[in-house]
Parts: sequence; structure tokens; C-alpha cells
Amino acid sequence: MADIAIGPEPGRRPGLSGSRQAYLDMMRRKRMYGGLLLVLFVALMSSGWMLADDRNAGGFWSGLHQVGDFPGEVLAEAWQKRARLPGLIRDHLPALIETLNIAAVASLLGALAAMALSLLATRGLARWPRLIPLFRRSMDALRAIPEIVIALVLIYILGGGPVPAVIAIALHTGGALGKLFSEVAENADLKPVEGLASVGAGWLQRMWLGVLPQVAPNWLSYALLRFEINVRASAILGFVGEGGIGHDLKLAMQWGQGRYDKVVAIFMLLFAAIVVIDRISDHYRNRLVKGH
Amino acid sequence: MTVALSPSLVDTVTRSFARKRRRALAIPALILAYLVYAAVSFDLAGLMQRARLDNAAILLSDFWSHKTHVTRDNRTGAVTVAIEGENKGTYPAGMRPDWVSVTGATTSIDLGTGHVVTYDDAGARFVVPGYGTIDIRPVDGKPVMTAPEPFPDWISVSENKVSVTTGAGRFSYSRAKVETFRYEAGWELWFFTLDSPFYGKGIAELAGLAVAGERIDPARPNLALMATEFWTNKMWRHGDVAWAIFETILMAFLGTMTAALVALPLSFLAARNFMPLGPLRFAARRVFDFIRGVDGLIWTIILSRAFGPGPMTGAIAIALTDTGTFGKTFSEALENIDEKQIEGIRSTGAGSLQRARFGVIPQVTPVLLSQVLYYLESNTRSATVIGAIVGGGIGLLLTQAIITQKDWEEVAYYMVLIVLMVMVMDSLSGWLRRRLIKGA
Repeated sequence: MADIAIGPEPGRRPGLSGSRQAYLDMMRRKRMYGGLLLVLFVALMSSGWMLADDRNAGGFWSGLHQVGDFPGEVLAEAWQKRARLPGLIRDHLPALIETLNIAAVASLLGALAAMALSLLATRGLARWPRLIPLFRRSMDALRAIPEIVIALVLIYILGGGPVPAVIAIALHTGGALGKLFSEVAENADLKPVEGLASVGAGWLQRMWLGVLPQVAPNWLSYALLRFEINVRASAILGFVGEGGIGHDLKLAMQWGQGRYDKVVAIFMLLFAAIVVIDRISDHYRNRLVKGH
Repeated sequence: MTVALSPSLVDTVTRSFARKRRRALAIPALILAYLVYAAVSFDLAGLMQRARLDNAAILLSDFWSHKTHVTRDNRTGAVTVAIEGENKGTYPAGMRPDWVSVTGATTSIDLGTGHVVTYDDAGARFVVPGYGTIDIRPVDGKPVMTAPEPFPDWISVSENKVSVTTGAGRFSYSRAKVETFRYEAGWELWFFTLDSPFYGKGIAELAGLAVAGERIDPARPNLALMATEFWTNKMWRHGDVAWAIFETILMAFLGTMTAALVALPLSFLAARNFMPLGPLRFAARRVFDFIRGVDGLIWTIILSRAFGPGPMTGAIAIALTDTGTFGKTFSEALENIDEKQIEGIRSTGAGSLQRARFGVIPQVTPVLLSQVLYYLESNTRSATVIGAIVGGGIGLLLTQAIITQKDWEEVAYYMVLIVLMVMVMDSLSGWLRRRLIKGA
């Protein structure tokens, strides 16, 4: 306090009135910028919504009161046939397991690829430091391609089934997890690595024994989160492409009335699976990261 | 004492090491076992048989090259030259590529490296260097082939059709028509279609026309005409594609921002330090959980029933799904804030709204903003998928192109565009995050 009041040099004390003026000017400028940004944002949002409404087949206001119609119709029919629901749920359980398997295998393969890619792309740990940019760009590219693109192209080559979805999700997972993994690995302590190097450990041994134990909790936590995301992605891919519970859902939806009990059974399975997986992964992630 | 203890200590340590080693081996073994189970349940062995490697070859060649069909209708004798065999790519009368020459009823097609196909009244001939001449004449309408014996495996002969596949091009003769396909690198007609006055002109020539050339259309300058011709290119539809990309980004932007605006006030209800009423807090949290649990796919289906296909449906679907996610993460951010600043503001006699505005919002803004920007980028990708379901944006174009199973060059084009779009959004959101949060 005292320093400021007296000033850095005698005779050149900061003029209080000047700083007040400057502060007010700054505030005014900030407010103006903020206001301009706000106006711009509101204009963008409203014109965007109007444009989207325009391009849509049905309007917003005419559709709004219909939002409840379809779920209502579906639920009403399912309620009439509620006795069949447990049986239907049992019928679709294999499809759900297939969806979960797709997500799990893709997460596993993607995480393994991400481990290798991230270590190769982290400064200080990379096997070939000159190739770091190459590995980084390839992770960016893997991340940028939406799963659906790869899945649909692979369905054309490999035919239907779960494998195209697995490859598509695994590639994306490799890129997305690779980035997160490498951010974690950047913060790893290099001392164990140096210690291992001093006793003649090779690169793999240094990574396996020196880096992996440090980063494992965070990596696992990210991988669990990714698994959660991949379950949803695998359901969506099933709907657009083939395989798993998403495909069953599409078939039941295409049939329309008369199969709504099936739709509800699949909805329930999917909902339950997502909520349960969310909960479990939340629990373990908390334990892994916070250590309790 | 130590001497007495050491054997048991050694024992304990060895045992614990052995246990650790067993565990270190057990985890990879478990993963491997699971992958083997998955390989069996996914029927990997059957997949290898079902895989269509010829499809892969078509796909790869379409990605970087195009083919031109030279077709003669055997009944009328009319010859058409069409790029990719499409109507939109058919050469107009009097115009044909320089490797096709027509004199009277004889059509000669030069496939390069000495491969020459000739159609004439007698039938068709294909000269393959290093092999000989394949001569086909119709007898009672059926193609009869004479060629050096034994026939190699790149010639396939059936009762009604002869096809020849060489490195220079493909050739097929059937009752109705005879066709030759010539493959060339590049995406043909990408700039201008055949009916455009600018087709086939080099860059220098085009630049000359644009700057100083005589007006082709007297009503407007050549540059404007060029832009329209490019924009309305019938083969590649650049205008429609640009619009679709814009629609996809629009969906992502509207969805993310709306979700953030809706979730911000709601997240106060779910935060422990702002909502003293337990039941209300519980209810708000369960609402967020429910929205997240139902998942974007199901919301998209329900909404597209109500609003019909289009970008607005996609935007609402993204907004709804992300409201759940944002509600959860925002309320977590609110629970982690520093109470001291709020107390300071309270001491000046501020009301609860003012406390929220000046004590809370400045603290959480960086966290929330970085969340929102991250989701903006990730939603650009989701909007592609949602677009395929609700029928809007680049996702729709992509799935349509894939379903036709022949316009793979368009698929490649869209894929490149999508990757570029996501990368641009990625760097844009990263740049905004740095600017807005660090205040640089």
C-alpha cells in the first residue's frame, strides 16, 4: 500500500485523478465491447434460428405441440402390450451386448493405439523426437474424421456387421484419447525415466516402468469416459449403419405402429445401459483421479 | 532381531513381487481373452470371406481418378461419350475427347500405350500390345470372340457378354451395347462442366478471359459468369455443398449456444451452494441425468417426428442433449467456486442476482467458456451424424452419395470437406479459448 502511495520515485507520484479517469475509460470501453459482442451474438442466434426454421420441413411453432404426440402414441401402445415388454427386453439383450462389445473393443483398441501415439508425440519421451509433428498431425486427422464416414465406407467394403463400427470408433478414439493421453504424459516426472535410462533400460522399458505407473490413473479415467461416449456412438452407428441395438431400433421404427412395444423395450434397454455405465464410470473416475 | 526377521521379510517381499507380477500378467491376458471372445462373436473369420476387395479397389480408384465411358448402342449404332457414364457428364454432339475419333461408322478409341479399341459395322476390335487382337463379331446378336488361345484370365467370356480388363482400361461387349472405360487421374469437371463455355481452358486462358477477354455473356462480366458456372456446376454442385457445410456448422452453433444459455440458469438449481432446498436440487439433477441418459439418438428421432427433417430439428436435438451435459458440468463448476468473493460482494449490500452477476459469473466464466467451445467443436462432428439422421447438412449429402455406391469421388470430396471443416472449427475454438480466457 505504502509503496504505491509514495510512488516509485519521489516527485513522480501517480496522479489519483488520472488513474480514476483511465479506469473509467477502460470500463466504458470494456462495456462497449461487451455490449457489441452481445448484440452480435443475439443477432447471430436469432437469425440463425430463423434461417434453420425456414430450411426445416416443419416449422417450430407448428411442431412444438406435436413433440409429445409421438412419445405419447408409442407409450400408449406399449402400455396396452405391457405384458410383452419383459420378453421383448430379453429378445433384444444380445443386440445390446453387441453394442456394448463394439464400444468396449473399440475403446480398448483405440486406447492401445492412443498409448503408443501419445508417447511418441510427447516432448521428452518420444522415441524419435523429430517425428513428433508427424504423430501429432496424424492424431489430429484421426480425431477430425467423424465415425460415420469411416463406418459407411467400410460397410461397403466389408459388408455389414459390427467390425466396420469397431474400426471406425477405434480410429476416432485413438486420435481423441491420444491427445488427452499426451497432455497427461507431458506432466509426468522425468526422474524415474532418467533413472531407468542410467541402468541401461531401453525405450519400451523406460515407458513401461517409468512413465506408465505415473500416468495410469489419469489415462484410465479418460479411457473410461471415452468408453461412455463410445457406447452412445456405437448405438448411433447401429442406427445409421448396421449392427447392434441401434439397428434393431431402426427396424422397429421403420415398421411403425404395431411394433411400438418393441421400440419402448429397446429405449428402456438403451437408457438403462447408458445410465448404469455413466454411474459406474463416474464412480471409478472419481476414485482414480481423487484417490478415494 | 534383524537376522531373525530377514527370512520372513524376504519371503514377504518375494511373495508380494510374485503377486504383482501375476497381476501384471493377468491384466494383458484378460484383455487378450476378451479380444479373442470379441473376434469370435463378431465372426471375424466369416468377415474375411465376405469382404469385397474388388469394392475396395473401385473405391480407391474413384478417390483419385475418373473414368470416361465410350458407349455404342448396338441397335442404333449411336456413340456417346460420357464422364462416369452420367447424363450430366455426357459430351454434347460434335464434342469429344481427343483420344476418341469417329469417321463414318468407325469409332477409334486410343487407350494409350498402344491399346486401341475400334468399333465398326463388323463388330469391335481391341488391340492389346504383347497379346494380340481381340476380335468380336455379333452372330445372331450374340458376341463371338476370336483371340489368341489360350485366353488369359483378364478376358471373361460368357454366352452374352465379353469383358476385357487391362491396365489401360476396361472393355465390354454385350448384345445391347459395347462399352469402353478409360481411366484418368483427377476429378474431371470439377471446375466447369462440359456445357460451360469455360470447359477445357487452362488457367492462363481463363485469367485472360476474366480480365480482358470479350464478354461471352453480354449481360455480365466474364468473371461473374465464371463464378456462376462454377457455383452451379451440375456434376459437383459446389453451391449445394457449401450450403450443406454451412447448415452443419449452423446446427452445431445454434445447438451448443442454446444449450449453454438454457443450462446456465438451471445449473444454479443443481448446485449445492446455491440451492439450499434438497428436493429441488435432487429434481434438477435427475432431469439432467434423464436428458443425458435418453441420449442424442433418441431425442433426434423423437424431434424429427415432430418438426420434420431439416437443420432446425438437428439444432434442437443438439441443444437438448447438451443441456443435460452442460447442466451437470456447469453445476459442478459452480460448486467449486471460491465463496470469499461472494461474501465480499454481499458485504456491499448486493442482492442475490447481483451476487451471482459480480461474484459468481466472473469466476466460472473461463471454465464454462472452455467447456462450451470444446463442445462447439465436438458438435460439428455430431452435427454431421445427426444430419444424416434428420436429413440436413453435409451428413445427408454424404450418406446419399454412399448409398448410391457409385459416386465415390463425391464421397471422397465430402470426406475431405468434413475433415477440413472439423479441423477449422477445432483451431477456431482453440483460438477463441485462448483469446477469451487468457485475455491476450
